[in-house]
Amino acid sequence: MTETQGSSPSRRSLIGWGGAGLALGAAAAGGAVAMTRTGDDVDPTAADVGAAVGFHGTNQAGIATPVQDRLHFAAFDVTTTDRAEFVRLLKDWTEAARRMTAGKAVGEGAYGGLAEAPPDDTGEALGLKPSRLTLTVGFGPSLFAKFDLADRRPDALVDLPTFAGDALDAARSNGDLCVQACADDPQVAVHAIRNLARIGMGKVVIRWSQLGFGKTSSTTPDAQTPRNLMGFKDGTRNIAGTETDRLKKFVWVGEKDVKENSAWMVGGSYLVARRIRMHIETWDRTSLQEQEDIFGRDKGEGAPVGKAKERDEPFLKAMKPDAHVRLAHPDSNHGATILRRGYSFTDGTDGLGRLEAGLFFLAYQRDVREGFIRVQRNLASDALNEYIQHVGSAVFAVPPGVRDKDDWWGRTLFSKEA
Amino acid sequence: MRAARLSVVTAVAAVTALTAVTGCTSKSDAKDGDRVINVTATDAKCETSKQEISAGHVELAIENKGSKVTEVYILFPDDRIVSERENIGPGTKQRVTAEVKAGDYQIACKPGMKGTGIRKDLKVTGGSVAKRDPRLDKAVAAYREYAQEQADATLPLVATFVKAVEAGDLEAAKAAYAPSRIGWERTEPVAESFGDIDPKVDVRADGLEAGQTWTGWHRLEKALWQDKKITAAEKTLAGQLTTDLTDWQKRVGKAEITPTSMANGAKELLDEVATGKVTGEEERYSHTDLVDFKANVEGAQKSYELLKPVAKENDAALVTELDKQFAALNALLEKYRPNTTSYVFTSYEKVGAAQRKELSDAVNALAEPLSKLAAAVAK
Repeated sequence: MTETQGSSPSRRSLIGWGGAGLALGAAAAGGAVAMTRTGDDVDPTAADVGAAVGFHGTNQAGIATPVQDRLHFAAFDVTTTDRAEFVRLLKDWTEAARRMTAGKAVGEGAYGGLAEAPPDDTGEALGLKPSRLTLTVGFGPSLFAKFDLADRRPDALVDLPTFAGDALDAARSNGDLCVQACADDPQVAVHAIRNLARIGMGKVVIRWSQLGFGKTSSTTPDAQTPRNLMGFKDGTRNIAGTETDRLKKFVWVGEKDVKENSAWMVGGSYLVARRIRMHIETWDRTSLQEQEDIFGRDKGEGAPVGKAKERDEPFLKAMKPDAHVRLAHPDSNHGATILRRGYSFTDGTDGLGRLEAGLFFLAYQRDVREGFIRVQRNLASDALNEYIQHVGSAVFAVPPGVRDKDDWWGRTLFSKEA
Repeated sequence: MRAARLSVVTAVAAVTALTAVTGCTSKSDAKDGDRVINVTATDAKCETSKQEISAGHVELAIENKGSKVTEVYILFPDDRIVSERENIGPGTKQRVTAEVKAGDYQIACKPGMKGTGIRKDLKVTGGSVAKRDPRLDKAVAAYREYAQEQADATLPLVATFVKAVEAGDLEAAKAAYAPSRIGWERTEPVAESFGDIDPKVDVRADGLEAGQTWTGWHRLEKALWQDKKITAAEKTLAGQLTTDLTDWQKRVGKAEITPTSMANGAKELLDEVATGKVTGEEERYSHTDLVDFKANVEGAQKSYELLKPVAKENDAALVTELDKQFAALNALLEKYRPNTTSYVFTSYEKVGAAQRKELSDAVNALAEPLSKLAAAVAK
């Protein structure tokens, strides 16, 4: 599916999907094998913890890529009004991302330079492995109002409607662009966002950001399905990075999806990010039976109601009408399917002594209207709603991948010839 | 590229090391007449008996034949004082001594003890010396002059503030408080280089060390705005502030200043804004943070403008960016100043969270490229 052109000298990784698949369970459980996106060359030395994921490809890494353990997500507002300057930033960011995902320091490095000037790289990731860092950039609807881009805004990038129960905080919502940093080491993810933010000073400012831990869904079907903070397995039937057909059908924007104005999105995807607060304390005093009824799965195995094994095909009618799995299932949503990459979060306590925690939900889809919006509308009667609240929201157009060393994030949108 | 840059840094460091040797004004016991330079000062002239001398001990034998009190200096090329003697009355003789390394110096007489003085070159030979870009020496000299001007202009403003406190006039003291700090805030990196003065005049309650008595501006700020009263203790503190700032004024000329310290000093002024002013911590009682903010930016801009000719040669893109960001931050600040001829700014209490973030973003947008100025100057 993808090809890798050009390469940075010390890039490490590179095991194809086929070879890596067998060991994915081990990787997810503690990271024993390195993987990269489809089509990369095999490098036997990459079979160590936290190797590098290839940066170049048809699609951006960090979507179908096996989900790493940690997240640092940042939404930015663009402050410059100079298109050339913004393009320059995207190129600078691309170069920094190319280096950081390969486990290299930004610019001239974190030490050894001029003693009287600050180093180019902040240094906290020195000595750490690439940790499968992926950096994924997205453009928010508000960006298209700038730089004369309004006519290039894709139809599928709609402003999300208000959903029942939303309690959205503007300070945790929206943004002109976003960067999703996923890595197995939180320090590597934080380092990446920090350095991009620094490079962006004067052109972009961070609007909000979110740290995540404990991935709550998997794109590697043979891996153990992770659990969310409610203790339930989540993402049993998530789209796997190996499912080329489902990725094409539900995730990647294809040539037939776009009009001329949005042809630049081919190979891209649409991201919905939602900060979902969980009422942890009330959930924890809910009976086991009720918890399982709410989800429609049992808590231990994760099997759907009436079934024995997690991966047994669910029989939706056996579940309560307001069970989460029943309402979220593609069969209840005209087949709507999204690729989830969410993470748990805990940001201390909320001032009332309650855990400020929940799920930072990230979903990729080919069309937001057919994906998240359809499913979320159907979840209006979800029994789970008593225990969760959506407090932050954003949607982004995620452009196609950076093809090679001469390419850059957003080129297809910003280049006149593209 | 990096190796070359490093060697330049080493050279700069070497100059710093050389210039660190300063003399003293104690009475000389030099016996060798060759080591003496006769300086004849009048109201209009500064005549020196030698224009060249070998490195080592040197003594100035000064005679003031003018009608005004004068002072005489030996100065480094960047105007830093090697040695000095003040208050040389008409008709009197004084001696100044110093240890000098090879390099170019100036002897300056200042009739009336004002201005930059009448200058005479002095070449010191022998040994080896690293030459610095003369434009940078000029920049340092001009910045030193600026720092001195700021200190000189501050003292009368402090006097106004102190008088109001001593008179027990709460409102007059409040009005005079922020203006009295502007010169200090503009040159804070220089002021702070005298480690003993800063803790006496500009410390905040949370910056006090164990056993340290709280003195200075912010102690008075609390009395005026929070306690809303002036007691005998405040009057004493006001007097102490004058003493401490007079000390600062006298010592500004001796501050260790290099082109890179000027560049980093500019960045530090923005850091001051980023950590203390944007949060409202600095002026937590008076809420005059934006006055300090403006003064910090002005001081940073002064350093930058002086270094700009050299920086532009080495990194034109950086200079373009800095010009743009200085303009943007200044324009943003003007929103909070109803009258551009005054230093009365909106009380920081009235600056909302979104506006504070906007200010913080603008500070970061400037400070980040400003942190690259030292490299651009040292190239």
